[in-house]
Amino acid sequence: MNDLNTYLLVAAILFSFGVFGVMTRRNGIAVLMGVELILNAANINFVAFSRFGGMNFDGHIFALLVIVLAAAEAAVALAIIINIYNNMNTINIDEASSMKE
Amino acid sequence: MTEFTFWVIITLTIISAGTVVLSNQLIYSAMALLSTLFGVAGIYVFLWADFIAGVQVLVYIGGILILIIFGIMLTNRISSVRLSQTNVQQGVGGAVAIWLCILMSLVISKTPWFQADASEPVGTVAEVGTLLLTKYLLPFEAISLLLLGALIGAAVLSRKEN
Amino acid sequence: MDNIFINYSLFILFLPLAAFVIQIFFGKKLPRQGDWVSIGAISITLILAIAMFVGMLLDYNPDFRQEASFTWLDMGAFSIQLGFLVDNITIIMLLVVALISTCTHVFSLKYLKGDIRYSRYFAYLGLFTFSMNGIVLANNLISMYMSWELVGVSSYLLIGHWFEKESAANAAKKAFLTNRVGDIGFFIGIMLIYTAIGSFTFTDIFEGVAGGVLAGTTLTLAGVGLFLGAMGKSSQFPLHIWLPDAMEGPTPVSALMHAATMVAAGVYLTIRIFPILSPDALLVVAYVGGFTALFAATIAITQNDIKKVLAYSTVSQLGYMILAVGTGVYTAAFFHLLTHAMFKANLFYGSGSVIHSMHHALHEKNDHETDAQDMRNMGGFKEKMPITYWSMLASTLAIAGVPLFSGFLSKDAILAGSLSFAQHHPEHFLLPVFGFGAAAITAFYMFRMMFMTFHGKPKMPELIDDIHESPKEMAGPLVLLGTLSVAIWYTLPHLNPISTHGSWFTTLVHPVTAVVPGNLTAHAIEEGAHHAHNLAMGISIGVAALGIGLAVLMYLKNIISPETWGKRAGFMYDWSLNKYYFDENYDKYLYQPTLRLAKKIAWIDWELYDKYFINGFGHVTNWASRVTGKFDYNIIDQFLVDGVGRIADNLGFMLKKIQTGKLQNYLLYVTAGVIILMIIQSF
Repeated sequence: MNDLNTYLLVAAILFSFGVFGVMTRRNGIAVLMGVELILNAANINFVAFSRFGGMNFDGHIFALLVIVLAAAEAAVALAIIINIYNNMNTINIDEASSMKE
Repeated sequence: MTEFTFWVIITLTIISAGTVVLSNQLIYSAMALLSTLFGVAGIYVFLWADFIAGVQVLVYIGGILILIIFGIMLTNRISSVRLSQTNVQQGVGGAVAIWLCILMSLVISKTPWFQADASEPVGTVAEVGTLLLTKYLLPFEAISLLLLGALIGAAVLSRKEN
Repeated sequence: MDNIFINYSLFILFLPLAAFVIQIFFGKKLPRQGDWVSIGAISITLILAIAMFVGMLLDYNPDFRQEASFTWLDMGAFSIQLGFLVDNITIIMLLVVALISTCTHVFSLKYLKGDIRYSRYFAYLGLFTFSMNGIVLANNLISMYMSWELVGVSSYLLIGHWFEKESAANAAKKAFLTNRVGDIGFFIGIMLIYTAIGSFTFTDIFEGVAGGVLAGTTLTLAGVGLFLGAMGKSSQFPLHIWLPDAMEGPTPVSALMHAATMVAAGVYLTIRIFPILSPDALLVVAYVGGFTALFAATIAITQNDIKKVLAYSTVSQLGYMILAVGTGVYTAAFFHLLTHAMFKANLFYGSGSVIHSMHHALHEKNDHETDAQDMRNMGGFKEKMPITYWSMLASTLAIAGVPLFSGFLSKDAILAGSLSFAQHHPEHFLLPVFGFGAAAITAFYMFRMMFMTFHGKPKMPELIDDIHESPKEMAGPLVLLGTLSVAIWYTLPHLNPISTHGSWFTTLVHPVTAVVPGNLTAHAIEEGAHHAHNLAMGISIGVAALGIGLAVLMYLKNIISPETWGKRAGFMYDWSLNKYYFDENYDKYLYQPTLRLAKKIAWIDWELYDKYFINGFGHVTNWASRVTGKFDYNIIDQFLVDGVGRIADNLGFMLKKIQTGKLQNYLLYVTAGVIILMIIQSF
């Protein structure tokens, strides 16, 4: 509980899960969920360093801003996904591959 | 007792995160995300960041997760409760993710972090508020602009074409 | 006086050449086809020659001699000098050539009027005069050889003047080739002399032989070699076959070349090289000459074509001249050359006049079949063509050796020489037999010709009205040369018509002792001839009377019939009429085998060498190029060049698959790359 490394490790694990989710999920919203996991892992890092590393609440500000950003990004991403659904009738991101050679 | 709770929360968070990315059912993923976010909030409390924990629950769970569930509902043909989806390139992706985790752990454990033991504060709200309006005023304003932009963008993106 | 003769000689030499060049290139475009160019050139030449002759008479120096040399070719160790030699013999020869050439030019004005190649004919006459003068003026064997060949070429061109007639073209070829056979001997002789002595000039050669550099068999061979050239040019046995055929050329050409000058070139050469002829060579010369004299005369008695009679007569008279050189009296040979030129040319002109007349008469009657030259179609022309008759009579008397005429003097000298030779070398008794026999037969057939042509009843009476005398251009030379056939011109300043003692000729043309050690001196030869002179004179008059008498009996009085005697003579008549079948035998035993050999060799070259060897190269190259082509196409093109292209293609195809268009794939690659980088960094 009082060890920085623990928190960092937890954050690393969450981060890995998030990367795995982004890389492998077919559904666009599932990818979004993976992104949220990544952001949360970063937040844990910030706050942990703020507590143990002598940052004195700067970390808190950072975490706050990240949360706000995540909210904005989630809103926009969902808007895009809904647009894709309306145009292509699917949110399987494999099928949004017009950049394929 | 505190120690035990701590480890329970850690475990809960991690298992939930695993469920988010590994489940076939989208709703299960969403629910797992919910519990993950709760777990993270709990970790914030252990890190003496009470304000952030509160904001987490309010904004993340109360806002973003709801949005995500709305998105799920809106983009799938609801014919049954089960909304399934499968994963792609799990093998390689899994290997890469595991490797990533291992590497980061190595780095974390081998780096000599600067550690300064701080005293437990009474509450962080006042401090965070003060910082927001003095030291971090510019980012604050920028963020509000960003929010405005996101709002307008989302609105534009989701209107119906005439 | 010093260089005037050389200067005149240069003009005499090159004026006809200039006329030739002008006539050849511009002749056809000039008015009257340019005959006045040639006549002008030759007249100036004649004037210069007469001037030189007068100069010689005024100087009256038997040892007169001028020489001028220049270096033609100088390559350090090897150099050739060419030059001119003018002495009394040269001057007389130049006069002869100029005179007869002028007469020919004038005669041809009317004889060849309207001919299709008129200007070219006069051009070739100019070329011939130039070449003949080249021979006369030469002081060395090389320039004489060059002019010799040129004379041969002119002969070829002129004999073949009417080359559309196949017989004329063949005759021209025959003349040239027979001359070439003789010239091979000539060249071998020149080279033998050059290798021994190292120079071509006469003076050097005489010095060399006198010094004994060239002696013995080699000297004899050289002499015989040079004489071979003379045999070819002067138509001696066995190279006599071309002269009768050369009668295909126009009659003025026959007069100029085949009576007076070209054939005399052989005699002239023999006279010039007399000093270096060894006794054996001289014997060869004498026998060839004597035999030819008799042999040609025996053919002439049966010939019916008027020009053929004259041709064989020329061969016979040339034999006389060669005989004279062989027996040592070469001045007599030159004397006979001079007189023969005059009377033989005159006889040819006369025959030309008769033939011209006959052609005209036959043309009037539209008869193109009858031979205008056959004496059996003539007869009784005496009243119709008086000038021709009298001038030909003068020349016939000269050739028969009747006293008061020029031929008597020269023939007499020759016969005296042969008689004296036989007296000193009794084993060579045949030579005077040849000489006197030929004299008898000559007298006979010449008068036969005269009687058949001009006397008796005309054999074709319908023609006789159209026969008339020739125009003055043709009659002029006849008169001139007929006059020159009289003895008096040659005995001056003395007036004894039967003796040349003290005459300008014998004084100026002075025999020189031969330089070959062991030969008789000139003086000894002269003495011998002088002693035999009276005997020779007697025998020759008797022999001439015999010949003339027989001709009168057979052809004028018709007491003895020629036909019966001809049948009685049987095979002899046949042989005589067909010139002893020389041409046929040469063809069978010489020409045909050579042609067969040539064909065989040609077969080897064509079938074997060309087909297999040369074409083989082509086939090999073909095959090699095909193999290389296949290699190039299959291996280099397909494999290497295209292969590189195919590799690039396949590689691209494989790499194309990375671009999936899926975002998550790209993210995977990025993350994997980062991890790998981190792993690498940690090492």
